[in-house]
Amino acid sequence: MKKIKCALIGSGNIGTDLIYKILRSPVLEPVWMVGIDPESEGLLRAREMGLKTTHEGVDGLLPHVQEDGIQIAFDATSAYVHAENSRKLNALGVLMIDLTPAAVGPLCVPPVNLREHAGNLAMNVNMISCAGQATIPLVNAVSRVQSVSYAEIVASLASKSIGPGTRANLDEFTYTTSSAIEKVGGARKGKALAIINPAEPPMMMRNTIYCLTDDEPDREKITASILEMIGEVQKYVPGYRLVNGPIYDGNQVSIFMEVAGLGDYLPTYAGNLDIMTAAATRTAEMFAEEILAGNIQLKATEVA
Amino acid sequence: MSLLNSSGLKGRKVILHDMCLRDGMHAKREQISIEQMVKVATALDAAGVPYIQVTHGAGLGGNSLQHGFAPHSNEEYISAVAPLMKQAKVSVLLIPGLGTMQELQSAYDCGARSVHIATHCTEADTSPQHIAFARKLGMDVSGFLMMAHLNDAEGIAEQGRLMESYGAHTVYVTDSAGYMLPEDVTERISALRAVLRPETEIGFHGHHNLGMGVANSIAAIAAGASRIDGSVAGLGAGAGNTPLEVFAAVCDRMGIETGTDLFKLMDVAEDIIVPMMEHVVRVDRESLTLGYAGVYSTFLLHAKKASEQFGVPARDILVELGRKKMIGGQEDMIKDTALTMARERDIAIPC
Repeated sequence: MKKIKCALIGSGNIGTDLIYKILRSPVLEPVWMVGIDPESEGLLRAREMGLKTTHEGVDGLLPHVQEDGIQIAFDATSAYVHAENSRKLNALGVLMIDLTPAAVGPLCVPPVNLREHAGNLAMNVNMISCAGQATIPLVNAVSRVQSVSYAEIVASLASKSIGPGTRANLDEFTYTTSSAIEKVGGARKGKALAIINPAEPPMMMRNTIYCLTDDEPDREKITASILEMIGEVQKYVPGYRLVNGPIYDGNQVSIFMEVAGLGDYLPTYAGNLDIMTAAATRTAEMFAEEILAGNIQLKATEVA
Repeated sequence: MSLLNSSGLKGRKVILHDMCLRDGMHAKREQISIEQMVKVATALDAAGVPYIQVTHGAGLGGNSLQHGFAPHSNEEYISAVAPLMKQAKVSVLLIPGLGTMQELQSAYDCGARSVHIATHCTEADTSPQHIAFARKLGMDVSGFLMMAHLNDAEGIAEQGRLMESYGAHTVYVTDSAGYMLPEDVTERISALRAVLRPETEIGFHGHHNLGMGVANSIAAIAAGASRIDGSVAGLGAGAGNTPLEVFAAVCDRMGIETGTDLFKLMDVAEDIIVPMMEHVVRVDRESLTLGYAGVYSTFLLHAKKASEQFGVPARDILVELGRKKMIGGQEDMIKDTALTMARERDIAIPC
């Protein structure tokens, strides 16, 4: 079967883990890895895995886009450089899956709104954040049963799984995730908290989701909705698991869960890495299937 | 104990920073009124305390289901206190991942002029944008390395250098668990002093869970610290912070200059703070457990609540949290751990 050719921008933890995920895809093929440091371990590994590489950033990739037939790019750099990367690649008709917190394009959490994006072709789709991918499905699982006035999520992440980009830009992570809890999760107000824990051996990604419902929560319906949503996420992240709850206290619903990764690039504790790369891959696959079926055609965007 | 020999410290100048109205919020389940804030802050100002921290216990962005909701926003508290200060500067706490630069701007607009930018003791590199932004605002900026017992002296020195490189004027060794002994403090402060620029100050923030707040703070000064956090009558998380009036009295006796009026501090403690307390902040079974097991002091009241809810003794929950190496900010894991322990012990969970 024909596959859609992809470029990966950013050779850190996320970019490297993406190679493994995309290699397994029936419809995607990783062709290019873009970095900025010729000595980087990520570029070396990408070459060993058979990808073409450049250390000259996106500009090093642009001359090859057409000859290599690149149609989808994944950006795992930082919010600050994403807009420029996206503009350059969109101009060549390349669809951008954004894994930075830049949130230039519409926000995507696959089990919640992937289908909407399929019908509504955007040239840039944003994956929010690892914490967003892990928690927003469950905020939505509550808000689709009854209205949620406030949702708050707490993500605990192993220090070893957090790269320098995320560390230097924690505020962008907070803003983007909080806003996505509202826009995609369906809560009227959202708040996101992140904790980076250096324990050895590293702790598994843990997430706590608190929702305040307007009316008394319908326990049976909410619990069923949460379990169903967990099943949906498990289709692409098998280690997505409920640990405790849901606990009901007045109008407060509390859910305690963990995410184990597949252990592709980083060990299984780094579920945060997996849920991000798996969600991005699933999103790209949906577009790839549409392209291959001839339902959508990517067009170069006007350069402003 | 030669470090506690007073002779070498005579004439040293130390800047005191009161935590009653921030760390003390934890001991009051975040329920301090504006009137109480104003009363305490004006009395501390009159007693000559140069820095007074005023926010939710978890700092900027702290109002949450995770950390509890205070009756007022941080902006309301700061705006009420700051204009009344004759000499004291109002400070705030910001933990990246919880508080943001937008909230820091807003605190500054309300009158805050000093900030503790706090990270876990191994994660200083999550603070560069916040430290730089605070400097841009012209604030007095401290990098605040929490749970400092979980990093060795060399590691603390390295993390402190990072914070200095981002622009921090002061680097704090923060004994959030009240676990450290004087020699632990001496080691870490000395290591910092050896690598930081001479003009970069060093601070120490203690908790009194092993009754070592005052002794640790003196050890810190002997090793080169010039800023000490405490709270009058020890109103703070766990068994409280270093009791500021006790520390001021010891400084007086040793000839260390704090510029504060000891008797006025004693009056604030006895006449204002103690009557405000919901429970006597002291070394009791659970707060001693924090100090003994190296657990974040703020977990105290959360663990007591989880204990009541799920029937697992608070001490057992705290020891387990210590074993799992949970750190500041992971208050959700208290309830989670209690639930798991209740299940393992076949205790029926009410829900």
